[in-house]
Amino acid sequence: MAEMKTKARKKSAKKTNDPLSQHGISGELALDLMRDMLLYRRFEEKAEEAYAIGKIGGFCHLHIGQEAAAAGSIKPLRQDDYVMSAYREHTQALAKGVHPNAVMAELYGRKDGASGGKGGSMHIFDADCRFMGGHGIVGGQVPLATGIGWKIKYREEDTVSLVFMGDAAVNQGGFHEALNMAAVWHLPCIFVVENNEYGMGTAFSRVSRTAMATKSTPHGIPAHSVDGQDALATYAFFRDLADEVRQGAGPQFVDLQTYRFRGHSMSDPVSGTYRSVEEVENAKVERDPIALLRDVLMSADLLDQQRLEEMDAEARQISAEAADFADASPLPGPEALYRNVWAEINPNGRLFFDRRPESGEVG
Amino acid sequence: MAVMTYREALNAALREEMERDPDVFLMGEEVAEYDGAYKVSKGLLEEFGDKRVVDSPISELGFTGLGVGAAMAGLRPVIEFMTFNFAFLAIDQVINSAAKMYYMSEGQFPMPIVFRGPTGAALQLSAQHSQACETYYSHAPGCKVVTPGTPADAKGLLKAAIRDNDPVAFMEGELLYNFKGEVPDDDDFVIPLGVADLKHEGGDVSIVTHGKMIHVALQAAQKLEKDGIHADVLDLRTIRPLDMDAILQSVKKTNRVVYLEEGWPYAGTGAQIVSMIQEEAFDDLDAPVIRVTQADVPMPYAKNLEMLAKPSANHVIEAVNKVLYR
Repeated sequence: MAEMKTKARKKSAKKTNDPLSQHGISGELALDLMRDMLLYRRFEEKAEEAYAIGKIGGFCHLHIGQEAAAAGSIKPLRQDDYVMSAYREHTQALAKGVHPNAVMAELYGRKDGASGGKGGSMHIFDADCRFMGGHGIVGGQVPLATGIGWKIKYREEDTVSLVFMGDAAVNQGGFHEALNMAAVWHLPCIFVVENNEYGMGTAFSRVSRTAMATKSTPHGIPAHSVDGQDALATYAFFRDLADEVRQGAGPQFVDLQTYRFRGHSMSDPVSGTYRSVEEVENAKVERDPIALLRDVLMSADLLDQQRLEEMDAEARQISAEAADFADASPLPGPEALYRNVWAEINPNGRLFFDRRPESGEVG
Repeated sequence: MAVMTYREALNAALREEMERDPDVFLMGEEVAEYDGAYKVSKGLLEEFGDKRVVDSPISELGFTGLGVGAAMAGLRPVIEFMTFNFAFLAIDQVINSAAKMYYMSEGQFPMPIVFRGPTGAALQLSAQHSQACETYYSHAPGCKVVTPGTPADAKGLLKAAIRDNDPVAFMEGELLYNFKGEVPDDDDFVIPLGVADLKHEGGDVSIVTHGKMIHVALQAAQKLEKDGIHADVLDLRTIRPLDMDAILQSVKKTNRVVYLEEGWPYAGTGAQIVSMIQEEAFDDLDAPVIRVTQADVPMPYAKNLEMLAKPSANHVIEAVNKVLYR
């Protein structure tokens, strides 16, 4: 529990500010957020462990350090709102209601995974939860989420389409094309940059002459900067913003400032050539979203050490169960290989060309 | 039977499908107020309004991705590319998003979307505006490819493409838009995907082709008739799904095959077809299969060079003579 062993921060300042009432958040809701964030942290640690022993393969991008960004932005949404993301999306899927077992089984590449084991870490989908993936090409999901906004407007619904991207995505052409269209057609889209300061190993300041909060300005879309390590502030912000968008405010752009405590992916050490050990360690002490919320809750006498430990044990338990579930879930059967390539197998003509008997296309 | 142009046939198909299904909308550059760069969408804005006939910014990647997202959420978009030459900017969204979404979500998100527009060369438009693009799309599992060559096929296949639940690259011919032909009066005339059409019958040689090259093949077949050579001209109509049975049937009859296509030879559609014929009908062949394609160069501008680069009826006749050992 390295990140959480940071010493409790000074309580006096917190009490006078009373962040809970400042943000209109009940003690119960704040405890729920704490519970959610503990789960995200323990879930990702479990994934890290499973990766280390070869249970998870391929690319795997952890969200550790960015828990408040997920909980604070997704938890205020309605169940029928849409959330789409890039490839650092395990905890966002959890936040949107995808079962931890289904997420972990997907990381394990198992039959009971959210995407039947076919997507993996980067492609978690759950249509029922309106969690729209899990996309692996930087910025590629931004036009897609704009299309979901288009559908909401087309059908005159009152939902919103919220899409996450990393800070590097704003340098993609598709980002600007999508924002322009969302503005022109006044779509109910919330574009959220999870700004953890680095696109893989490249500091944002090295690849942009202008600040993040200016990126939507040319398109006429309001920009907002939010401390994504502050769960309560993030929650309150997105609660209000989603309401505004629902009521017709049009597209919004959010610079959600956060920090990742792990490497870009499992092959990247926590601190590498592009950032120092001190920088990461300082962030863990100063900007750990879980520790920050813990301090607020303890200051408000809503949480004590014992309750915290119980909640943490519960988070570990759910994560362990998810790993057990994933481990017990069978690999997808060989029949899954050719399943769902096509939504419609036309009665005439060949669709597969590999001449393998199992594709059913041997002439 | 009504006589109409290829353009009018496409227009009728769009109108009928938009009337039938309120989830169908058309988006692309100049499709609304301008009536379409090639006037395929003429009158649709007036009839269906700007919610369903939508002028996009010149953002191929963007509006293609928007269409894919709208399809994920349940609509049935028709995305028009002014030409498929411009769709290279969008091919990430077609291949990485549209063609793979259903598979990587294990069937949670069907992708009923049509990407349509002209492909291939017109006249003296030079290298960047003159290329046949179908093999880029047929290469990827998850994407269907349709290439109508006549007004009737254009209408019946576009209606089928819009109703299909998979992404369809629907590739038209710029030089075909004014081409007239008979189209059945049936107000719900649908041609299923994956059914080839024998456009000319003869027993001596099979000229297999697709898209606007059927007209080059028919021209060649007519000239060959004068020499007493009777050719099958088999129009695949759809590249994926592919009516391999129809190809094999023709090969069994003629034992000699020429594949004609507008695109380049390397890994072209013909390369795929030839591979399949040699694998599945080796014993029926009396000669190696020969491909006729565009010259293996970017399209030049100069009129004479362009003529030399394009596959012609004469190229086809030469190839037919070769497979007949004449």
